[in-house]
Amino acid sequence: MTEGSLLAFEGVTCGYDGEPAIRDVDLSLEPGGFIGLVGPSGSGKTTVLRAALGAIKPSKGFVRRAEGLRVGYVPQIETVNWDFPVTVFETVLMARTSGRILPWPSSDERRQVDDVLEKLGLSGLGGRHIRALSGGQQQRVFLARALLARPQLLLLDEPTSGVDVRTRHEVLHLLADLNAEGIAIVLTTHDLNGIAAHLPRLVCINRDVIAAGTPAEVITPEVLQLTYGAPMDVLVHGGMRVVVDPSGTVPAGHS
Amino acid sequence: MSGFWEPFQFAFFRNGLAVATLAGALCGLIGVYVVLRNMSYIGHGLSHAIFGGAAASALVGFNFFVGAGIWGLAAGLAIGRVARRRGIAADAAIGIVTTASFAFGIALLGLFGQVRRALDTTLFGSILGVTTADVVFVAIVTLLAAGLVFFGYRRLLFTTFDPEVAQASGIRTGWVDAVLMAVLSLCVLVSMKVLGVVLVAATLVTPAVTARLLTASFARLLWLSVTIGALSGAVGMIASYHVDISSGATIVLVSTAVFIVVYALTARSRRSLHLP
Repeated sequence: MTEGSLLAFEGVTCGYDGEPAIRDVDLSLEPGGFIGLVGPSGSGKTTVLRAALGAIKPSKGFVRRAEGLRVGYVPQIETVNWDFPVTVFETVLMARTSGRILPWPSSDERRQVDDVLEKLGLSGLGGRHIRALSGGQQQRVFLARALLARPQLLLLDEPTSGVDVRTRHEVLHLLADLNAEGIAIVLTTHDLNGIAAHLPRLVCINRDVIAAGTPAEVITPEVLQLTYGAPMDVLVHGGMRVVVDPSGTVPAGHS
Repeated sequence: MSGFWEPFQFAFFRNGLAVATLAGALCGLIGVYVVLRNMSYIGHGLSHAIFGGAAASALVGFNFFVGAGIWGLAAGLAIGRVARRRGIAADAAIGIVTTASFAFGIALLGLFGQVRRALDTTLFGSILGVTTADVVFVAIVTLLAAGLVFFGYRRLLFTTFDPEVAQASGIRTGWVDAVLMAVLSLCVLVSMKVLGVVLVAATLVTPAVTARLLTASFARLLWLSVTIGALSGAVGMIASYHVDISSGATIVLVSTAVFIVVYALTARSRRSLHLP
């Protein structure tokens, strides 16, 4: 692990039921870094996040975290149990589980939850059930829970899946603001044009790392062919890379 | 003395009423976690597993609560462990373990005679023979469970809602699960006498599901489930005396009636309140 790194994967292989989901992955994240993990479904993007979180252990290699690293995790909203009887306030307060033994929040905790809800544009929604929100608001509830733990590293699994174009822009700008405040971010995304092309650094993964670098370096027909196993063309429009399939169609997510 | 108050003159009835009310509250409290963790089948299986322990205790002349308690605790921890394993479907493994224990209990009762009566009271519950010691025991377990939920409220909520993130946040989810299973085993054990093996699972599930129809908040859900469970226990026990039907049956019928009424009354508001 490089001196000063927040997180480093060193030859990490891990998976489920003895079947590796990722193989020999090397990855390094500096403080304030911002990485997007891209790849097809089943390529191991979520497994990288879960290994970084410590939810699964590598069968080979090491995941090294900076000492005392505070990590916030925002799950894919499709995996959340939306029928669970819990309000927005109760969900965000979960970040304070280790802090206090009494069930009800202290006045300080109440203020902190209110502050983070306000910061994410969720003021006044604390008493609502988590399902009674728009897709973007639901995503921000879990972001609020992660932020309440004052993370140095934020892991987000498909933060823009299932949301509309406007919400996607809001989420992307919000993450950029948090990154500017010094929070390192790793997110997974399927959205090459709407999200990946706007990030400072990408890692293309399909069980092992295919390529890593800036969007200009990795959004190329060769890398995409290796990552997705299908031919894709790349156009440059206004300085941005736009991925199209050979029929000329822009993949879903392009705005 | 009028008909309604008549049973209150008997000590066994007063004891039975106290046990039914406390057991209803206890099952309502723990049932919230049982339902939200999709463990309803475990609660059902656990009561059947404990039946084997109760029969084995009778065989060796051991104290019912101690023998069945140890058996139930072991079964509860084993079920919790099996449920987390991959490869074998948890419900299949639970089915094998608990029904084997249940069959073992029936075989033992068969060997020692008086099968019919023993089976009836164990399977469907009875208000006869509920002693003051039973009241004390169920009160202790209820206090223990209330203490666990009070002081472990945040850990239990996070672990139930989002176990993976809870674990990654430093919560020892394995311990939380084990403690919950142990309390669930105790809950089934102390409720068995008045509710019976077959019907105790319903008192774990129905109040919690009914309460869920009334609120979208976890904190309120706990209070409502406890209240519905306790009221169902008390009303069901009084009805049991007057209609001369097993206490387990009347308690479950009362809580089911509450569910039906709540379901009908909330049909219109459920969608707007984002209730199931």
